[in-house]
Amino acid sequence: MGEIFENYDVLAAFGMTLYLTVFAAIGSLLLGTVLAVMRVSPVGVLRRLGSFYINTVRNTPLTLILLFCILGAFYILKLEFTPASSPTWVRDNGIRWAIVGLAVYHAAFVCEALRSGVNTVPAGQAEAARSIGLTFAQSMREVILPQAFRGAIAPLGSVLIALTKNTTVASIIGVAEASGLMKVIIENQTASVTVFLVFALGFVILTLPVGILFTALSRRLAVKR
Amino acid sequence: MSEPLVVLERVNKHFGDLHVLKDIDLTVGRGEVVILIGPSGSGKSTLCRTINRLETVESGSITIDGKTLPEEGKELAALRADVGMVFQSFNLFAHKTILENVTLGPVKVRGMKKADAEKRALELLERVGVAHQAEKYPAQLSGGQQQRVAIARSLAMDPKVMLFDEPTSALDPEMITEVLDVMVELAKSGMTMIVVTHEMGFARKAANRVVFLSDGQVVEEGTPEQFFTNPQSERAKDFLGKILTH
Repeated sequence: MGEIFENYDVLAAFGMTLYLTVFAAIGSLLLGTVLAVMRVSPVGVLRRLGSFYINTVRNTPLTLILLFCILGAFYILKLEFTPASSPTWVRDNGIRWAIVGLAVYHAAFVCEALRSGVNTVPAGQAEAARSIGLTFAQSMREVILPQAFRGAIAPLGSVLIALTKNTTVASIIGVAEASGLMKVIIENQTASVTVFLVFALGFVILTLPVGILFTALSRRLAVKR
Repeated sequence: MSEPLVVLERVNKHFGDLHVLKDIDLTVGRGEVVILIGPSGSGKSTLCRTINRLETVESGSITIDGKTLPEEGKELAALRADVGMVFQSFNLFAHKTILENVTLGPVKVRGMKKADAEKRALELLERVGVAHQAEKYPAQLSGGQQQRVAIARSLAMDPKVMLFDEPTSALDPEMITEVLDVMVELAKSGMTMIVVTHEMGFARKAANRVVFLSDGQVVEEGTPEQFFTNPQSERAKDFLGKILTH
């Protein structure tokens, strides 16, 4: 057991898991918000584009999306985040494309969580916003979205937890996150239950506080009507 | 009549198969207070909501101060800023304080400085008698207080005309008076008002004209005194009989 911690940097692997999670979460939150606004906008084209995105991305396995990112976008289309001259070219592009893939995939879920949040905002709020002369963008920013986010905190927490665990898929494109290291240890050392438990515990330590925090937040920030 | 401010001409609207507004013609002069009254389903609320285009119409024209209601977009937003609206269910912004509710429009739409907007908001809240609640959230106020804040929020935009869509229907009886008092004071100050209500006391005290709607048509109009004491149409007699006898 101690040998594993000595020979392998388990903490660094979980660090990578955390790194992927944080940046993919930020990306998916931004993209998901844009998508949610598109899906409730009065412009038909935007609404259809939004639903097309959701239906396509949400129904595609994450593995395929990440493989597309690395094989399609990176190796074939040569879309690089760091130039080939860099010594860590493969590693850095792998990590960044993993973040993009994770963000693109989870944005669909963030969008739907937010849209359910928008549905918790009574229609009268939007009518009142429009009737004092706010434009669509202003009433979204000032009135609808702040309330929608508060109504969507619990489902957004679930998306964040799912995202944390889904970072494990990044190991298939060679990103050295926690589950990738676990596979290495199992292959090189032992396939003991302990190894498995250590990594499972690591994920619990990452996700459990998120769940508790978001539940508390959803109570605290609930809009009183 | 004074110079016309709100003019509706041959306005038609359907909800599915239901013809809710049938060739409505209505002209409201500047400074005039008009009551829309009628049985439930007569189209009075819908009519009120078409004036700031919360409901679209299929045919006919609506002009406010000489300007035809534009399509959805920036122009419509600008026009709505000049038309105050008070809803049956108050619709105060639930995540903002009372003060923020009143300053949002002036700051975001009129580009007023925050400090100036707050000063004016407090004056308006004083006028409707809820200035001491300025830091609270809507859910902490009674219905009557919320509705008075909603009136202040509309007034903060310096509207040319104010629409009231059954402003007292969701209130407990003892809170109706406090809201009506504010509305009477507003009417006396010369505000142009279009009010959907069954409050006859208010109509007699403040209104210039009562418009009676039934099945999407204007059936009868006249001064409050004429209408309530001596209605001409059978439909109005029947309606008044029902609301007066209990």
